[in-house]
Amino acid sequence: MPLRRWLNEATPLPGAPRARALTVDADAWREAARAVAAAGGRSITLWAAGGGRTLRAAFATGPGVLVLSLPLAAGAETYPGIEDLFPCANRLQRAVADLSGPRSTDTDTRPWLRHAAWPADYHPLVAQGGPAAADGTAVEVYPFVRVEGEGVHEIPVGPVHAGVIEPGHFRFSVVGEKILRLEERLGYAHKGIERRFQSMALLDGHRLAARVSGDSAVAYSWAYCQALEGMAGTEVPPRAVWLRALGLELERMANHLGDLGALGNDAGFAFGLAQFSRLKEQLLRATEHALGQRYLFDFVVPGGVGVDPAPEALRALGACAEDIQREVVRLREIYDEHAGVRDRFNGAGTVLPELAARLGLTGLAGRASGQAFDLRCDLPCEPYTELRPRMVVRGEGDVAARVAVRFDEFVESCRLLGEILAHLPDGPVRVSVETPAEGAFGIGLVEGWRGPVFVALEAGAAGAIGRCHPHDPSWQNWPVLEHAAIGNIVPDFPLINKSFNLAYSGHDL
Amino acid sequence: MSLLDWLTQALEVIVALAAAPLFLGWINQCRAWLQNRRAPSLLLPYYGLRKLFHKDAVIATNASPLFRAAPYVVFGTMVTAAAVIPSMGTRLPFTDAADAIVLVGLFATARVFLALAAMDVGTAFGTLGARREMMIGFLAEPALLMVIFVASLITATTTLPAISERLALQELGLYPSLAFTAVAFTMVLLAENARIPVDNPATHLELTMIHEAMLLEYSARHLALMEWAAALKLFNYAGIGFALFIPWGVNMGAGPLALLASVPLLALKLALAGAGLALVETVSAKLRVFRAPEFLATAFLLAVLGLLVHLLLRAA
Repeated sequence: MPLRRWLNEATPLPGAPRARALTVDADAWREAARAVAAAGGRSITLWAAGGGRTLRAAFATGPGVLVLSLPLAAGAETYPGIEDLFPCANRLQRAVADLSGPRSTDTDTRPWLRHAAWPADYHPLVAQGGPAAADGTAVEVYPFVRVEGEGVHEIPVGPVHAGVIEPGHFRFSVVGEKILRLEERLGYAHKGIERRFQSMALLDGHRLAARVSGDSAVAYSWAYCQALEGMAGTEVPPRAVWLRALGLELERMANHLGDLGALGNDAGFAFGLAQFSRLKEQLLRATEHALGQRYLFDFVVPGGVGVDPAPEALRALGACAEDIQREVVRLREIYDEHAGVRDRFNGAGTVLPELAARLGLTGLAGRASGQAFDLRCDLPCEPYTELRPRMVVRGEGDVAARVAVRFDEFVESCRLLGEILAHLPDGPVRVSVETPAEGAFGIGLVEGWRGPVFVALEAGAAGAIGRCHPHDPSWQNWPVLEHAAIGNIVPDFPLINKSFNLAYSGHDL
Repeated sequence: MSLLDWLTQALEVIVALAAAPLFLGWINQCRAWLQNRRAPSLLLPYYGLRKLFHKDAVIATNASPLFRAAPYVVFGTMVTAAAVIPSMGTRLPFTDAADAIVLVGLFATARVFLALAAMDVGTAFGTLGARREMMIGFLAEPALLMVIFVASLITATTTLPAISERLALQELGLYPSLAFTAVAFTMVLLAENARIPVDNPATHLELTMIHEAMLLEYSARHLALMEWAAALKLFNYAGIGFALFIPWGVNMGAGPLALLASVPLLALKLALAGAGLALVETVSAKLRVFRAPEFLATAFLLAVLGLLVHLLLRAA
């Protein structure tokens, strides 16, 4: 059955634009997924709801978003896996087994988010209360895939690193300095965000959503509010919608500035870090002056935005962005013309477009590997329907391409910022939001700086959150990083890793 | 051997010990300025050493005595090296104890102990760093020897103070062979002292480290000695550079006044060298590890060219 027919059967879903939902049985679950894959669609996420008895999967397709729901039959402990169709489903399915119980029929049954912190038969999102006997001394045995052969040895890195950075374990199999295989082990930053959501009120959840991954605060809180407002039928005032886009682009600009500096530093070019850090700081201060916060954690709120900026503060913000853009253009010339920096960036960590398409590389890293997919262009919500951002796509797929995409996107975000400031509508910035009825279900989907940020929200009784599943694009991109490292030399890995700059907190939840 | 010579000898070692961290602090300060950052205190390396000396050492349970002994050996060799490098006077009583080839051997001894200690505990990073250090070392040492041979051929001696004295006293003129070797020596200095573009002393990325990776298991007084030794090594290399390429301004037996005058001159040379080093480090990015052999091969080639130029010009 082609994708069109599945979409026709589905019913509209509140929240994200052009979203549709469909309840399927186990056979149709795989059939529909196959139809999405055949039509070139992408897997967004996969999670369990309804006390772990309903599997849900979201897909982005050309005509819109399709959310499949698979209620498990009584007594059924497994559901059909879709790892063969969407490789990124591997870790999502393992995370579902860890947190909610149901297992996929795919062969990799190793835990993913669960370390030795809780027993294998305890499922935090389903269970009431804590695990029966929390054993703090349990030692985890996790079977990494071994590489055999003459001269092959393993380098275990992390989760405790030499610098103050986030925890992740990387197991390199190397010959000399050459990487034969990299296997990641994540989940060290798991802090039970999804379960915490279930003890919050629907109208408060945006605050936790903004803190899922600190560098994507606007994207997460907007996605959460999009779902909530869709469920409640709230009409958000135009000025608020435009201000949200302003916040989202500022977030993108600040992160791109930070990454560009860090990439220079990882290439041993500390001059870049010093300059870009200075520019990022200027932007953060201008953001604080205009919107009241350096990082916009409590900017997007249900029904609108938290602050109505003064016109002169916005003018100052626009002027600051123009100044920064001029300097960024100059710094780009330095990066482009510096032989040492070019040598480090070019050809490092290459992910060719074919591999990127097969593995489902998404977001910024995807666009550097020829994956022309940007929610702001492909499934735009207000005000991007009017702003019409230009998508930046490169085909080389190496560190240099990811740097170039960041530079181009920064310039494009500056342009959008100017457009927003020039055409910002007047009016209120916030309306009140009705509490959605129990059982209401909506999704939010916003293009954060790293890629598509997804939030699925289900209303519980008495205005509480029944289930909230935030999803970070890092889930799609972490596995691709394993492939990007193959054939490179060990000391180039930190640079490759930084060029992806994937989330730990947003992934580990 | 006069009393003044012994005084010079003592002063050489004391000044090297005392000023080495200052030289490092100066380079860091210049680097910060060149990057438009506010510079850390000039005395920061001293604060770092004091902090480390006041801490309790944590040593891996499976560390052998070699691991404990290595910091003292490495530090000791660097102090010994400082004693035969004429940074303030050439009439050193220790001159005949060690010539320039022995000096290279001293650096090699320190390297061997450092690499063995790094592998001793058996962590992945120590081994990684030791492996890379040996790769750099076996390429840098021949280049350094070649640089010294050129100077030896010009002056017909292999002891560094004597080389320095004869270079300073011969008639002033351009030596193309020394120009080649000066470039080669600078490249060896960058590689041997874990500076950009070969290694990055400021990095926290364990996978990219060379020198720092070998020190990851050290703490407290052991780490302090290792860091002090690294600062001394850089100071010693600067001293060798001065002895070979700007040998003027040291006491060559002229008397106490010349010795007194050599102290501010040394400070001036160090200040200029540090600023130059910071400039090179700021405008360069770090090389891919596999480019380091090319970098050092270039250094070796330049030193050999210097040698050939010397032989050719002398033949003519």
